[in-house]
Amino acid sequence: MVHVTINNEAITVPAGTTILEAAKQVGVKIPTLCHLEGQTPIGACRVCLVEVEGARTLSASCATPVAEGMVIQTHSRRARAARKMAVELLLSEHDGECQTCNRNQDCELQTLANEMSIQFVRYPGARARPILDQSTPGLVRDNSKCIKCRRCVTVCNSIQAVGALFPQGRGFDTVIGPAFTLDLDEVACVQCGQCAAVCPVGAISERDHTAGVWAALDDPQKYVVVQTAPAIRAALGECFDNEPGTLVTGKMVTALRRMGFNRVFDTNFAADLTIMEEGTELLTRLKRALVGKEEVALPMFTSCSPGWIKFAEYYHPDFLENLSTCKSPQQMFGAVAKTYYASKIGVRPEDMVVVSIMPCTAKKFECQRPEMNDSGVFDVDFALTTRELGKMIQEAGIDFNSLPDGKMDSILGMSSGAADIFANTGGVMEAALRTAYEIVTGRELPLENLHVKPLAGLEGIKLAALRIEDTLPAWEFLDGVELKVAVAHGLGNANRLIHAIKDGRQEVHFVEIMTCPGGCIGGGGQPRFTNDEVRQKRIQAIYAEDEGKQLRKSHENVEIQKVYEEFFGQPLSERSHHLLHTHYKQRELTKKK
Amino acid sequence: MERSTHACACAGCSEQNEEQMLAQLDDILTDYVNKPGGLIPAMQTCQKMFGYLPKPVLKRISERFGKSYSEVAGVTSFYSFFSTVPRGKHMVRVCLGTACYVRGGKEVLRAIKKELAIDVGETTADRNFSLDVGRCFGACGLAPVIMVDDDVHQRVKPAKIGAILRLYADSEATPAEAELAK
Ligand code: SF4
Ligand code: SF4
Ligand code: SF4
Ligand code: FES
Repeated sequence: MVHVTINNEAITVPAGTTILEAAKQVGVKIPTLCHLEGQTPIGACRVCLVEVEGARTLSASCATPVAEGMVIQTHSRRARAARKMAVELLLSEHDGECQTCNRNQDCELQTLANEMSIQFVRYPGARARPILDQSTPGLVRDNSKCIKCRRCVTVCNSIQAVGALFPQGRGFDTVIGPAFTLDLDEVACVQCGQCAAVCPVGAISERDHTAGVWAALDDPQKYVVVQTAPAIRAALGECFDNEPGTLVTGKMVTALRRMGFNRVFDTNFAADLTIMEEGTELLTRLKRALVGKEEVALPMFTSCSPGWIKFAEYYHPDFLENLSTCKSPQQMFGAVAKTYYASKIGVRPEDMVVVSIMPCTAKKFECQRPEMNDSGVFDVDFALTTRELGKMIQEAGIDFNSLPDGKMDSILGMSSGAADIFANTGGVMEAALRTAYEIVTGRELPLENLHVKPLAGLEGIKLAALRIEDTLPAWEFLDGVELKVAVAHGLGNANRLIHAIKDGRQEVHFVEIMTCPGGCIGGGGQPRFTNDEVRQKRIQAIYAEDEGKQLRKSHENVEIQKVYEEFFGQPLSERSHHLLHTHYKQRELTKKK
Repeated sequence: MERSTHACACAGCSEQNEEQMLAQLDDILTDYVNKPGGLIPAMQTCQKMFGYLPKPVLKRISERFGKSYSEVAGVTSFYSFFSTVPRGKHMVRVCLGTACYVRGGKEVLRAIKKELAIDVGETTADRNFSLDVGRCFGACGLAPVIMVDDDVHQRVKPAKIGAILRLYADSEATPAEAELAK
């Protein structure tokens, strides 16, 4: 333990604690920009400078560990002046059109300038070269706003193991972006949007698709249905100053209805549908391997997360057979809405507009994949992020926090608790096990509260094994089998797990991969700022939603049963094959000219 | 067979095509891939081999090293000794150190740009000249200074640029002729 004094307060902290962390413990807030919790500090922005007694120069508090007897002044005149200067220099290079910037009121640079009472910029400087990159469906890069803090570089390289972004060039001319300042679509970007989630300013953001949605809502010829992903209900409240982890399912439904959507449905419905298809697919693969002694691609990987799919298409083309052929819940929903539901209500698929609210920027990419048009038109027309929906609600003049609770419409609106937990890491696996175990044994998953404990939480890679005993006659081949499952979230973790599997170090039957740290609740389209504390709170909210449901297992969902009865017949039927399943293709890492 | 568009600097293979080039590259890279810190030396070797770092070469380097293309490009563009455009037969470097700068280095640079019709970092269409700037060639007393390949030209005046460059224009200038022009 180390004894230090911060602004005349004595405090004892473990060795290795940074000045920034120690200050937080005595209630002192030091501004930061380049700092990213849990990552190696790079000390690039100098916005966190503090005065350490006896030191000749000011210290970057994010990168300086405390030392025994240190006396620190965080807000001395000298420290404040230096920090102000650091921000002023950033502003002098910055294209500061706040009013028309998508980060207006949600911008760390703007907030800092305000907190430091910067009224004018003393050093008018050369502006960064503007590069507007609108090459991808999910993201927009606006280099004139970039302050070169490199948070996006850290996330894209260290957490996501993609490396689409990297500093190009040197000195003032440095551009943070893809190779040789090419556009993002020329390199291997998976569209996860984690860069947009950590960018402190308006330099990387989701592609705004709200205009198209407004137009559809205002068009009387269009029948507009909306689906909301499981992770939205635990985060949308944050757009309206609620604590992270506030569940707002009912208010969200009411808001959507008041905005004019013809039907308010639930991606959760499609999550239950996914479990029916994917669970059956897994059992079929196991049967072919164990009984038919066929060469079957195992382990099977989940396929709900479009960033992960694109990642596999780039980096693990030899594993594409192992991906479940199931479409993601977003796409299953679109396909069902524009076929089954459209014909049920007598609307032509061309006249139906399906809007999804997603925690995710990769969903914008996914719904534009050319093969996602099994209804004859694009199955999903617009994917909006949680943040975009927040802005639309605001623009619609809806006072969100005072709304009464609403209920999802039938028939694509009902869901089980198993669907809720699709929102967090470990959830899809748990949902699948709840159903698969019961199909095979005829008994409920014998775990407390139906939770697979080793798969919960924020550990990067999680493993569990489940012994199957006393099966129903049809599943005798699984009797005594120990089903091994693995879960990874964040593509860096996924990559590590896959290499372990490829090298034979990890034997496993079924793997859940989610692109974003924490799963969808930590998606690239969620309200900012998402750190581990926020992730935990959202996950707790999701489990609460699950436990509050009467139905906890996908196969118990009576609307799912009805759709199978009326339309699909059974899982993996020919019709479900056509509408609910898909295929993947290898992608080149760089565009070949 | 498809002709390479690259000016290859290595002896005797000016007509090598891209496939051969990349095959050769793979052999070379194998020596570096498993060495810690092998990326930059590998890139230096490639630059020597090709005279510059063509994009297909950088893509192959990124694949072999398991590093993203953006990272390899970032490293390339960080170090001034790497070039992604072919270098001309002759490298013209203009000193913009303090002494040269105040004594007309900037005007000299402008004259060279005009004469060769290229910008800094570029190569003339006939691949004869590349243009670069430098900081202090250690001849401050004789500023402004330019270097063409290994020849130092001192007290250069913008008006003399044409004559100096013509010495190299056919790439046949003898050292003695170059000496005369100094
Ligand atoms: S990034 Fe922030 S400071 Fe810059 S224009 Fe946008 S809101 Fe203003
Ligand atoms: S979307 Fe993901 S993969 Fe693409 S640049 Fe951003 S962090 Fe990297
Ligand atoms: S794009 Fe955003 S996160 Fe990346 S360096 Fe620029 S300001 Fe920082
Ligand atoms: S936050 Fe400490 S240097 Fe940027």
